[in-house]
Amino acid sequence: MMKLEQNSLGMASTVLPSRDRGGLAQPLLSVRGLHKHFIIQKSGFGQQAKRVHAVDGVDFDVMKGETLGIVGESGCGKSTTARLLMRLLTPDSGELVFDGDTVGARGGISLREMRRQVQMVFQNSYASLNPRMSIEDSIAFGPEVHGLKRTEARKRARKLLDQVGLAPNLYANRYPHELSGGQRQRVNIARALALEPRLMILDEAVSALDKSVEAQVLNLLVDLKQEYGLTYLFISHDLNVVRYISDRVMVMYLGKVAEMGDTEALYEAPAHPYTKALISAMPSMDPNQRTSKAPLAGDPPNPIDLPQGCRFSPRCPVAIDACHIEEPPLAPCGEKHSTACLRAEAVMHDRAQVIATNQELS
Amino acid sequence: MSITLDSQVPVAAPVSAPVKGYWQAVFSRLRRDPVALIAGLILLIILAMAIFAPWLAPQSPYSTSMLNRLKPIGTEGFPLGTDELGRDMLSRLIYGARLSLLIGVMPVVNAFVIGSAIGIVAGFVGGRTNTVIMRIIDVFYAFPAVLLAIALAGALGAGLVNSLFSLTVVFIPPIARVAESVTTQVRNYDYIEAARASGARSLTIIRRHVLGNVLGPIFVYSTSLISVSMILASGLSFLGLGARPPMPEWGLMLNTMRDAIYVNPWVSVLPGVMIFSVSICCNMLSDGLRSAMDVK
Amino acid sequence: MGTYFFKRILYVIPITLAVSFFCFMLVHLSPGDPMDAVVSADAPREVVAMVQAAYGFDRPLPEQYGRWVVRAVQGDLGLSTANGRAVTTEVFGALVNTLRLALVASLIGFTLGCLFGTLAGYWQGSLLDRFVTGIAVGGVSIPHYWLGMMLVIVFSVELSWLPSSGAGPGSSSDWVWEWRYIRHLILPAITLSVIPMGVVTRTVRAMVAEILNHDFVEALRAKGLAEVRVFLHVVKNVAPTALAVMGLQLGYLLGGSILVETVFSWPGTGLLLNNAIFQRDLPILQGTILVLAIFFVLLNLMVDLAQARLDPRIQRN
Repeated sequence: MMKLEQNSLGMASTVLPSRDRGGLAQPLLSVRGLHKHFIIQKSGFGQQAKRVHAVDGVDFDVMKGETLGIVGESGCGKSTTARLLMRLLTPDSGELVFDGDTVGARGGISLREMRRQVQMVFQNSYASLNPRMSIEDSIAFGPEVHGLKRTEARKRARKLLDQVGLAPNLYANRYPHELSGGQRQRVNIARALALEPRLMILDEAVSALDKSVEAQVLNLLVDLKQEYGLTYLFISHDLNVVRYISDRVMVMYLGKVAEMGDTEALYEAPAHPYTKALISAMPSMDPNQRTSKAPLAGDPPNPIDLPQGCRFSPRCPVAIDACHIEEPPLAPCGEKHSTACLRAEAVMHDRAQVIATNQELS
Repeated sequence: MSITLDSQVPVAAPVSAPVKGYWQAVFSRLRRDPVALIAGLILLIILAMAIFAPWLAPQSPYSTSMLNRLKPIGTEGFPLGTDELGRDMLSRLIYGARLSLLIGVMPVVNAFVIGSAIGIVAGFVGGRTNTVIMRIIDVFYAFPAVLLAIALAGALGAGLVNSLFSLTVVFIPPIARVAESVTTQVRNYDYIEAARASGARSLTIIRRHVLGNVLGPIFVYSTSLISVSMILASGLSFLGLGARPPMPEWGLMLNTMRDAIYVNPWVSVLPGVMIFSVSICCNMLSDGLRSAMDVK
Repeated sequence: MGTYFFKRILYVIPITLAVSFFCFMLVHLSPGDPMDAVVSADAPREVVAMVQAAYGFDRPLPEQYGRWVVRAVQGDLGLSTANGRAVTTEVFGALVNTLRLALVASLIGFTLGCLFGTLAGYWQGSLLDRFVTGIAVGGVSIPHYWLGMMLVIVFSVELSWLPSSGAGPGSSSDWVWEWRYIRHLILPAITLSVIPMGVVTRTVRAMVAEILNHDFVEALRAKGLAEVRVFLHVVKNVAPTALAVMGLQLGYLLGGSILVETVFSWPGTGLLLNNAIFQRDLPILQGTILVLAIFFVLLNLMVDLAQARLDPRIQRN
């Protein structure tokens, strides 16, 4: 017998039960060994197939109730990771464990059920709403799919519109092109919430918005998280925004995790030269702190032909010979802080003269 | 006759598509297009002719009269003359609209349904399935449309059903191609991903999210095929592969009157005037519809 | 670039095989026994069996197909069931006539289409433009078998200027480019040229108008460049597409000529096909369609390759 839960929308959710099972210590989502290669050119006569290693062995946990931020340059695999988690793309290998249940395995949780509990908000607010569906119908679609009656689903849609700050009487019957970008993104958030998910993946969800609108939507996200006890996976290239909203941050570089740790620890003392470069490139509010020199030289290497050794080594200012030979594993470098860098110690303690010593050595 | 694939089929992009009253907007723009308006009006008149033939035709289209063979235009009692068996031309032209419109429009309607289904499935599923389906479709592109129609109709033998079938086969590939390309475009929008993420099954997604966004463009493309279909269908009858005598059908009438061009030339070309009118009006209406939908 | 050419050429093989399979199946699609056309229903059983073996109808389908393809590659498409002559001879004899007609028609259509299209494109929105656009729509909408009849009425029946049928004195293989033959070609060629004229006009008009709207044309004019140079520039940009469209149209004409050839009794593939259909001469039907379709496939190939060469931006899939 299913327990009737009273959720914060004040409706008995008989159709959509979500229950916490493993307790707070159990990660909500565990990702192990996630791989995704895209074949961009088929193997022909004597040629090897060209592959892009979009996600190349990623492990991480998302704890209940936290916001995990994922940052990295475009093309580093953060959006691919998000789509793999939702199984919008099929991973080549890797295991997803949702609250103790392996996704898609026997005795685990079904993909459909996992998708209900994990919802996603996309970057492009225009493209993520069907132009020929009213706002209300777009939000009601998910619950309907999961068996809610149309009238019930619409009722829920209107409640959610109210929750995200759009007056239902004014907006329910409008179409996407009649809304502004920020309003559309609120609708997308409402649509994601309609399935009462436990985890929300926000893939560059505020990146396309004006700064003022972005702040409003961020605050809305913070409020909603409180109210519904949500867990966020917040993907962005904007380090300021990630710092503002995240409890923990994961830095990705070319399909791999470069560094991971509590937000403040990571921002205060980055252990990976890539993170350090990203952070020093952040525009500062203080004019005296602004730098003019580019912290990172060159473009990221071609993800088709990955460099030998550490994949950051060709651009790394502190690389030593060992870096070009072996790829360093993700290893702890502090409390709840880990990085995949041989020179983590040096980077963390800011011994900036490493380049010189490096050059003297060679 | 060429069926050219126009890549300019307008697809509603999620940004610009004004949805509420989208079709009203299209029709209000269409109404301001005098050429399309007149074309539409003429088509309506011909359609009315077909529907109300028994009330409009002064005589039976089948009653022959050896005494009144091949009368010229303006003969008393036969305003448009008579054919080689003395049947009233006006009545036969009016009745002819029924069969001619039917065999001209039906293949496109059939092909619209079948071609859309094939193309939408191929476009939505993508991957290997898509490749296989589209490669098979490609084979049909190795035949010029007229040749394909005549080859099929010729092999199957004369008859209305066979000619309908042949023309349907001719029009499925181009419609399927357009449907596939439009669907592939729509499939890549995030709202399809979002629908998948909500756990909806493929059929539900196609029904609720894909159809509404692709059927319009496929429909507009299909209307541009009606003109070709009219000409081809009547052409098959003209060759003796479609309608059989004594049915009143414009293409067949042209055929049976071919020898009469030496006796009474201007009566014998009248059925062609009808085919041409329908064909050109369909083209103009379809052009108008396309530019009315192409909001830029 | 090289791989594109290579792939495009290789692609012809499966398509040709598929086309041949389709043509082969045509005979087996058709109702009734193809034997009925060869031997009368009351023929003795031994005769039926003998003829059946001679035509190979007694073997299983895949084997028949295999044999048929092998023989087709060697240029043997079987015998006509109507007159017992080799299908290959009949088809190629007719194909020469059809090509003659189609090429002349293409030439007329292409020349007029380019002329009309350029004029309309240059003076977009003018009365001339509307007139030309009207003609173009008419050209693609007209039932050309009907147009053929009209031309016969005017030029043969009423004015007695040109003959209404046939391909000139003697058999069709006697053709020479002399007036007594050419006069037979004029009406069918004009009739057939109407569709490519319409299609080329539309294409050229759209392209010329688009190019003239580009900023670089403004820039050329601003630089004080003579109008002739601007025109040359337009030609350079439009020519590849116009030629490609024309190449494809030539292929469509090969198919479309069947109706026109019937009207004018022009001894080409169309007339051959028409007769084959009514005599239920399936080997001829099959052979004609196969040859025309392969011709069309090769024509498409050439158009694609030429276009890729002329305009590297276009890499067709």
